[in-house]
Amino acid sequence: MSVLQLQGVTRVHGDGDNAVNALIDTDLRIEAGELVAIMGPSGSGKSTLLNLAGGLDAPTSGAVLVEGTILASLNKKKLAALRRRSIGYVFQDYNLVPSLTAAENAALPLELDGMAAGKARTLAHAALEEVGLDAKQGDRFPDELSGGQAQRVAIARALIGDRRLVLADEPTGALDSVTGEEVLKLLRRRCDEGAAGLLVTHDARHAGWADRVVFLRDGRVVDSSAPLADAETLLEGAQ
Amino acid sequence: MSVKHSLLALLERGPAYGYQLRSAFESATGNTWPLNIGQVYTTLNRLERDALVEAMPENDSGQRPYRITDSGRRHLAGWFASPVQAADRPRDELTIKLALAVTTPGVDVADVIQRQRTATLRLLQEYTRLKAAEDQPELAWRLVLESMIFRAEAEIRWLDHTEAVVARTGRPEPRPFPQHADESETEVLQEKR
Repeated sequence: MSVLQLQGVTRVHGDGDNAVNALIDTDLRIEAGELVAIMGPSGSGKSTLLNLAGGLDAPTSGAVLVEGTILASLNKKKLAALRRRSIGYVFQDYNLVPSLTAAENAALPLELDGMAAGKARTLAHAALEEVGLDAKQGDRFPDELSGGQAQRVAIARALIGDRRLVLADEPTGALDSVTGEEVLKLLRRRCDEGAAGLLVTHDARHAGWADRVVFLRDGRVVDSSAPLADAETLLEGAQ
Repeated sequence: MSVKHSLLALLERGPAYGYQLRSAFESATGNTWPLNIGQVYTTLNRLERDALVEAMPENDSGQRPYRITDSGRRHLAGWFASPVQAADRPRDELTIKLALAVTTPGVDVADVIQRQRTATLRLLQEYTRLKAAEDQPELAWRLVLESMIFRAEAEIRWLDHTEAVVARTGRPEPRPFPQHADESETEVLQEKR
């Protein structure tokens, strides 16, 4: 079962003469262990796709499934619960709660889901450790962290608990190129360990970390690329 | 690529003979540019002729190491101090292809761009995979790979930009061929002179 599946998804904004097709008849599957990047010019439907995948928006037609559940079949409360339990988000500006420590931020989804604070905090520290942040850094507030550290906290939070789908919207946009790459590497590693990732980026170098890159133009998938099987042939080509 | 300067740079580390230089060069560039041993010796001979290196006595195994001379060191310093000129690089087929694509009737420019973008991105993914395969890659190897990654990225950005420009400005009408036969004949005559 795919972690994320879009089946013939179309999203139209407005109606009549003002109708804008933000996304047209799009199919996409992301399996556990896979990182898929979405690229395309502004207005090509990247954000629409991400919002639909995260249940923040609903398709005009077609279906979005997360771990086999059709999002449109859920009422508001159940959808919120599924989003909390199954989907993590990483944004360009980290979106950490400034009045909570790094560990409290990472623990937030678990606590919102009813887990006792102590237990959630322990899991949060473990999640932070997995992204390379120690207990001391876990007790810091967001404004005491560097951009790279803050984004690590966001990734820990996105994948805490049993959540297996991480949706990342330009997650390295605010970071320098080396720090940005570290964040990408981390996302890559979490996917190698079994998460499914959807990365929206305009930066080809970052899309390079993905297993597949899907190109959108005017709301349609125009192409997709997967790496070649044989790496050696490339180096011959580079001579 | 300058084999001459690469060998001088390697000899700056200390004396070495042909095979050592070849394997040091290949390891410094992550085996990206294999070097022919014949090429190494021909270059060493030329460097010796120009007094940029000197041959040392043969060692017990019959190998003859070379060492860099002061003149070779100055030459090497000059190489590092001067930028690589754009004119030294070969013509870029992709640039020419797109320049012709926008003026050739019946060519879907967006399609040409998209095919190239996918192909270049695939390369970029593969380079990234090679890079990710090693946790602590050797610095020189990392540098070579990253150079290829950034070049691929630049090409994709240029393709994105070209696509946007073509979409915004539309395609130009191709210019007609020059009408006057004598015009080109004049050019030929001028060239002959």
